[in-house]
Amino acid sequence: MISKSKSKSKLKIQILAGGISHERDISLKSGRRVADALLEAGADVIIREPDENLLSNIKKDKPDVIWPCLHGAGGEDGALRDILALTGVAFVGATANGARLAWDKSIAKVLVSRAGIQTPASVTLPKETFRELDADGVLKAITQTISFPLVVKPARSGSAQGVSVVKKADELARAMVDAYVYCDVAIIEKFVDGTELAISVVDLGSGPIALPVVEVEPVSGRFGYQERYTAGETNYYAPARISRAVAERAAKVALDAHVALGLRHLSRIDAIVDKKGVVWFLEANVCPGMTETSLLPQAITAEGSSLSSVYLSIAEAALRTR
Amino acid sequence: MPETSPTRSNNFDGWLDSYSERAHTLSVSEVRALFAVVSRPEVVSLAGGMPYVSALPKELLAKAYESMMAKKGDLAIQYGGGQGDAELREQLRDIMAIEGIHASPDDLVVTTGSQHALDLVAGLFLDKGDVVLAEGPSYVGAIGIFRHYEAHIEHVFTDDDGISPVALQEAIDRMKAQGRRIKFLYLVPNFANPSGVTLAKERRPQIIEICQREHILILEDNPYGLLYFDKPVPDALRSMDDNVIYLGSFSKILAPGFRVGYVLAPPALRDKIVLAQESALLCPSMFSQMMISEYLSVADWRKQVDTFRGVYRERRDAALDAMNEYLPNLRTTKPDGGFYLWVTLPEGIDSKAMLPLAVKELVAYTPGTAFFGDGTGQQHLRICYSYPTPERIKLGIKRLATVINLQTELIETFGKKK
Repeated sequence: MISKSKSKSKLKIQILAGGISHERDISLKSGRRVADALLEAGADVIIREPDENLLSNIKKDKPDVIWPCLHGAGGEDGALRDILALTGVAFVGATANGARLAWDKSIAKVLVSRAGIQTPASVTLPKETFRELDADGVLKAITQTISFPLVVKPARSGSAQGVSVVKKADELARAMVDAYVYCDVAIIEKFVDGTELAISVVDLGSGPIALPVVEVEPVSGRFGYQERYTAGETNYYAPARISRAVAERAAKVALDAHVALGLRHLSRIDAIVDKKGVVWFLEANVCPGMTETSLLPQAITAEGSSLSSVYLSIAEAALRTR
Repeated sequence: MPETSPTRSNNFDGWLDSYSERAHTLSVSEVRALFAVVSRPEVVSLAGGMPYVSALPKELLAKAYESMMAKKGDLAIQYGGGQGDAELREQLRDIMAIEGIHASPDDLVVTTGSQHALDLVAGLFLDKGDVVLAEGPSYVGAIGIFRHYEAHIEHVFTDDDGISPVALQEAIDRMKAQGRRIKFLYLVPNFANPSGVTLAKERRPQIIEICQREHILILEDNPYGLLYFDKPVPDALRSMDDNVIYLGSFSKILAPGFRVGYVLAPPALRDKIVLAQESALLCPSMFSQMMISEYLSVADWRKQVDTFRGVYRERRDAALDAMNEYLPNLRTTKPDGGFYLWVTLPEGIDSKAMLPLAVKELVAYTPGTAFFGDGTGQQHLRICYSYPTPERIKLGIKRLATVINLQTELIETFGKKK
């Protein structure tokens, strides 16, 4: 069990939710859920938009801890975290540098790879590359090296927005366009056939621990935006229906990735285990979803803890590691 | 690894096996989620069809409220009849007369916005697989209702003069040849949402003649008819045929917050609508109905509609000027009233796929696919000019031009997507 908060004092927590990213809607829902849990834990909670009043609201609210529940650009790219660091107020989650490294999936893949973690073969290209070179030729060269099926995704985006699974060559151009509308850099990655896993990591100050692995089984076979946020469209298994050995390997991948990227307090590592039992790192989330269908809250519940108690402990850990 | 409890399967919906088949037509969408950013002031929204209620002096409503509460406050906060307030229905007769409709208030039913009237009528007529004929493009809120009743929506070719009578006959013949049952023709004949086009005067009797001959009911939805800029719209289809079901609304000529609309229907159908409404809601809001009734009595509501016309005319001009300046090569409709421009994009551009880029560039529009029940419409988008100021409209269309240019460049880089 995650160690529980013993605090009797009323922690004042400002939650930042909303923002202007493509994931604003999810952020608002995450923020509301985290606020509800923290209120239940007895904290003094206020939800704020990260808008032109950000700094004045921090001055006015005088929070002990700020909890950014901001998914997507702005919340996860490090910019806001740099600003929060300037205010001197403790905040939950990765530092600006950690967030930057994790937010860009192509950089995260390089770093975890160096730490000995397996990640699917991929090529990362800005759209200018295709404009300047012969697009058909570049795509052909890629598919000669990485065979179909492929996954095309924006290098910096979340909630599976702009992600396509490409099974044959004539689908690739469209997938590239769909990725580039979200981000100027796209990753073309080898598709790994297997079981999708989400491993949440929590660090309350005495080192990161991996929570029970959650298995994701979308009814349609694809874990896209709709499947993530429509109740009933995905079956989740917590803990995952995998052997203890695979679960331990998945936990190790998550912990190693969390450390390699320099993350803190909480993260969620998305991975896939193939039919041979190899766990492949896909991406790290420094501000994982906290909605009613999100994976980190499921992992906490599967571990036997209450959301309110764990969230309060995370906020207290943030206060200690200011 | 921490100790864990036994594996638990969860799909977050314990009633999944219990839902009606209809309920499975409802799910979240990525496009809808993208619209969440519209509430941020940085984003110029050309998306939602919101009336500019700031042009309505609140003193007029305050005056109506005080007068209404003084005269009939107890009635206003009580249950009412399922057909709607009798006094308001009398007043509606005068409003409908402007567009040539002469009908008895007894054939009117007041509803919770005309959207609810549409739902009630659809519920009375549609079984799974029934055909609804509609303009192409058609109102997204109607498509949602028809889909919910699992109807097949057959779009009929529509040009700058509205729905084509020739195409309508062809669609009817096609559906009949397939052995399908056509339940009604749904039309927004004036300044249609989303196209902005108005059904030409000479086409109206032709449409009626076809539908009478084929025994097809017409559902005429007219929320924008009084919001013309230069000349009044032709008389309503209902004025030419008492069997037409006519839907009206106060959402655009007053304010949508009241949620008051109405439906005029032949007596037998009217009775069914009343029963269906009583079953669903007991009665429409008496408070809203009496507020509107009093507003119509104490305020110069026609002058207020004139004010709205002036506001929307200025915004339509701003939108068309900006289109000429920033996107001169794109085809757009040129509405003579209402809220919308319908824009045709360069070949190969999918407006729905482009929306994330637009949001990144801080402008929002509604993708054309929203207005078709058959998945088409990718090459179009709707611009709503009713809510942003002329300056914001100009800025929004300038940003839209940047988005379209970026997307065009991307498409050209990768060749045509299809």
